[in-house]
Amino acid sequence: MSDFPWLSLLVLVPLAGAVVTALIPAGRGSPLPKQVAFGAALLTLAVAVVVTVQYAAGDGMQFTETHEWIPAFGAHYALGVDGIGLTLVLLTSLLLPVVVLASWRDADEANTSAFFAWMLALSGLALVVFTAQDVFLFYVAFEATLIPAYFLIGSFGIADRATRSKAAMKFLLYMLAGGLIMLASVVGLYAVSAQAGEPTYLIPDLAKLDIDQTTGRWLFAGFFIAFAIKAPLFPVHTWLPDTTAAATPGTSVLLICVLDKIGTYGMLRFCLGLFPEASRWATPLVVTLAVISIIYGALLAIGQKDMLRLIGLTSLSHFGFIVLGIFVMSSQGISGSTFYMFNHGVATAIMFLVAGYLIHRSGSAKISAHGGVEKVAPILAGLFLVGGLGTLGLPGLSPFVSEFLVLVGGFDYSWVVGAFAVTGIVLAAIYVLLMYQRLMTGPSRPATAGFKDLNSREIGAITPLVLVMLLFGFFPQPALDVINPAVETTMEVVGQSDEPPVVPASEQEDHQ
Amino acid sequence: MTTLQIPVVTPVDGGGVLSLLWLVIALPLAGAAILLLGGRRTNAWGHLLGTATALGSFLIGLLTFLSLLGRDEGDRSIGQHLFTWIQVGHFDVGMDLLLDPLSALFVLLITGVGSLIHIYSIGYMEHDDRRRRFFGYLNLFIAAMLTLVLAADYLVLFLGWEGVGLASYLLIGFWQHKPTAAAAAKKAFVMNRVGDLGLSLAIMLIFVTFGTTSFAGVSAAAGGASEATLNAIGLLLLLGACGKSAQFPLQAWLLDAMEGPTPVSALIHAATMVTAGVYLITRSNFIYEGAALAQTTVVAIAVITLLWGAIIGCAKDDIKKVLAGSTMSQIGYMMLGAGLGPAGYAFAIFHLLTHGFFKANMFLGAGSVMHAMDDEVDMRHYGALQKAVPITFLTFAMGYLAIIGFPGFAGFWSKDKIIETAFDQNPWIGVAAIIGAGITAFYMTRLMLMTFFTESRWSDDVHPHESPKVMTVPLIVLAALSVLGGFLLLGNWIVDWLSPVVGVAEHHEPAIPALAMTAIVVIVVAAGVALAWFTIGRTQVPREAPQDVSPFTRAARADLYGDAINEGLVIRPVGNLVTGLMAIDHTIIDGAVEGQAAGMGGLAGALRKVQNGFVRSYALSILAGAILVALAMLVVNL
Repeated sequence: MSDFPWLSLLVLVPLAGAVVTALIPAGRGSPLPKQVAFGAALLTLAVAVVVTVQYAAGDGMQFTETHEWIPAFGAHYALGVDGIGLTLVLLTSLLLPVVVLASWRDADEANTSAFFAWMLALSGLALVVFTAQDVFLFYVAFEATLIPAYFLIGSFGIADRATRSKAAMKFLLYMLAGGLIMLASVVGLYAVSAQAGEPTYLIPDLAKLDIDQTTGRWLFAGFFIAFAIKAPLFPVHTWLPDTTAAATPGTSVLLICVLDKIGTYGMLRFCLGLFPEASRWATPLVVTLAVISIIYGALLAIGQKDMLRLIGLTSLSHFGFIVLGIFVMSSQGISGSTFYMFNHGVATAIMFLVAGYLIHRSGSAKISAHGGVEKVAPILAGLFLVGGLGTLGLPGLSPFVSEFLVLVGGFDYSWVVGAFAVTGIVLAAIYVLLMYQRLMTGPSRPATAGFKDLNSREIGAITPLVLVMLLFGFFPQPALDVINPAVETTMEVVGQSDEPPVVPASEQEDHQ
Repeated sequence: MTTLQIPVVTPVDGGGVLSLLWLVIALPLAGAAILLLGGRRTNAWGHLLGTATALGSFLIGLLTFLSLLGRDEGDRSIGQHLFTWIQVGHFDVGMDLLLDPLSALFVLLITGVGSLIHIYSIGYMEHDDRRRRFFGYLNLFIAAMLTLVLAADYLVLFLGWEGVGLASYLLIGFWQHKPTAAAAAKKAFVMNRVGDLGLSLAIMLIFVTFGTTSFAGVSAAAGGASEATLNAIGLLLLLGACGKSAQFPLQAWLLDAMEGPTPVSALIHAATMVTAGVYLITRSNFIYEGAALAQTTVVAIAVITLLWGAIIGCAKDDIKKVLAGSTMSQIGYMMLGAGLGPAGYAFAIFHLLTHGFFKANMFLGAGSVMHAMDDEVDMRHYGALQKAVPITFLTFAMGYLAIIGFPGFAGFWSKDKIIETAFDQNPWIGVAAIIGAGITAFYMTRLMLMTFFTESRWSDDVHPHESPKVMTVPLIVLAALSVLGGFLLLGNWIVDWLSPVVGVAEHHEPAIPALAMTAIVVIVVAAGVALAWFTIGRTQVPREAPQDVSPFTRAARADLYGDAINEGLVIRPVGNLVTGLMAIDHTIIDGAVEGQAAGMGGLAGALRKVQNGFVRSYALSILAGAILVALAMLVVNL
């Protein structure tokens, strides 16, 4: 591995791109800022691919860079990736160009430069979060993502101005509340590490600390609550549908498919990694909340009348699955959850973006205003169905692989948990196909009669996502080979090992 | 408890023509990909390509079957490892195929009947401007169904299982501009998903118990598991089978599925996909061998469904719905066979094959009649068609004789064997199966009479005509198979062929001699035919269904209230739950948060007087404040 600071470059490209895009003096709807933003997004993806190609699965944390930042607190500018971080880096850098391309016309009526600049900034900060190896750096980036997110929701949404502002405010207050609670734990961590000698925020050093049980549980709670709001988990989820209904679909993709993964990533990296004892202690409660989220989110989704709210709430159900997999603490559960974070991002992005194309044409997000779209725009309907089939976990598409692994993990933990969680697959079939039926089938309606099918830009933005979903549906092993070693390390930290089978099949069974 | 030898799946490397096994699936899969992604460019020749891939797949299937036939009896289990699909910890699933006597028969049925239906569809869908897409979906179905039966692992089977579910969804809803078709497609998928929930849980329980999901591993270790575990697995697998095979209580979707184009009803909802549940149970014989409770439940479900479907068949006027009720009922017979254990597995598969022939024959025949009658499906508007569509009539008649079990025809041999075996195990079950045979004879005769005989009741603008050759040739082939399918039993061939997979039953003398049993069945069937002749054949059939009918007829017309039960027990309660939760989410959970926010808003309002009034400024200052607090606390700590 070379000493070139690849991760710094990875982070720098979108952030610099954001500054350049913001500074372009351009009128509304001008193509230049879009082109610059798309270029920066592609470059980010290229750097992420270079990192992935050089990454050696199983060699632990790689591409590490550590520089002292604020010596007084032991804060460092420290970056690095393992299999878990790399998965999320790839997700972020894959979705960024897709979202820019799909959102090409979404800010033509507003400050175009600012819209695309905020998108790049948001993704750049998310990349810092996923590569940070220092809790302080993580925290600062975590809070900093709120600024672009706030402006993206408040200034560019598809809802009217008042609704947007309210949604943006609700989002911000929720996140700030979580952030402040986490801040207490961040400060607490400092105190613990200062007591043990040299104060430090480096994750590997913190993991070695011997934190006493009560302190550990309090610190765990601070992190967990912040991450549960971010993810989100029942009962702190109500910002989610309001946000997705108000924001542009592209913004929703960045928020739900990328930014929310900070919550589940944080649970895995910080809750399990730094407070294994407290994590095991909290497992029954967390698993219960996760299962409630799975079922509750899906039931709420079934009843929605607005397609963007509906898609937002499906994510509540899916984050329930991700959290479940993390906290059952088996290799199938955690690997499944990590892969789930990636697959959920891809499938949900398809749903959001194609719904956005539809709303762009019909001018309404209300499901009941549509009907018969398949007849006039079969490609639009077809891509929406593919995204939906991914979301409902159809085998052959990648979300199935991760969902089944999580379910196996849940079932292994307790068959009751598995039995409750598995109802999610029936409910998912209902909310996806019911929405498809109401939007796309039947005779065409006045609002949908004169539709044009998708143009090549719109198709081009979705195609890579469909291909990724299909590829990892049949050949998930390359991804799992990257994820598995990192998960094994996590399992060792938590001190858990997989349950052996009850009646092990004899050794004679192997693939020929 | 009998101490039967449970056959263990021990696949070996095939070599030679057997190494082409993957191509059987790959050909139709490639066809589907080209047709569905190729767009309009492929419109001109899409249907030909689709048919060619199905035929190619049949050819390779035939070659592998012959190769299997040439091997020693104990050496007919061929494995092919393609690649590792999913491996995490000791969860290790290979994309592995298994060709053995059981799956080889299915490959021939799926690709053989599948090819005939592809050919037939060239004519049937000629005037549909989305014909290419139809063939793409059909190819997708063939590939998925072959994956289902060739899988060497429960999870790979599940891939095929859901794949056929998808194809079924797409094809039932092929004319999705019709709201009824779109609703039927969704209903089929969702009800199947309820079954899939069972199959998923079964696979999880299998993994947790045995540490593997491969047939080889599970069959080797099944003997060591407790009976409770095996019962649980067996019941969960049965739930999956009930969904896919439209067995009670998950039967209601099949009648609605007739919204799909008729070739789809023939291929998917009669000959192949709906029999997947029977395949699943037969394949899992090593589980059921130690799961008495699960096996008894299979029999109970089978008996309920075989009567349920037959009763529905008696009251329907829509020709496709009569056949759908009949399919439900006939699969009940197969399930019954599978529930009887090693004594019945082979006959279940035998009946599955003959049913595949005669039911596909009759569905395609019904399609040919609809073709002649401007897509009319109401038999009350048919009548006296035997001269108008002579080939369709003759081929349909062969299917009719086969299904009612006319001596010598295919269905006679296969159904008789199941009834015989059932009677042997429990006379009451045998009696139920015989009554079912009588009802079958009644409703099928009713269908024959109302369609081809009695006086004509055609609408004025209908001019029936025989279908083109591309449609009648497949009918003739299937009619021949309906007559001759019984040859599979010659010299007990099918029983011996399947015994390496499903085991051998102890032989003992039946209480009632087989010949007497056959005679009883034939008499009951004759009574059913006679009843239909006297009630329908000798009276005037009204063009409108009479409304002053008995409660029994009303119940049968309403599918024995299957939909009403689902509505009352599931759909409405879940709907109410959703509405209730939405209200709770809005008022209580979000209400609590909004209450907090309102307080905050008040605070912000107060601050607004001294500041510039932009919310974003507050946001930034709160953020800056938060970071400042952090820094301050750290400084204090130093």
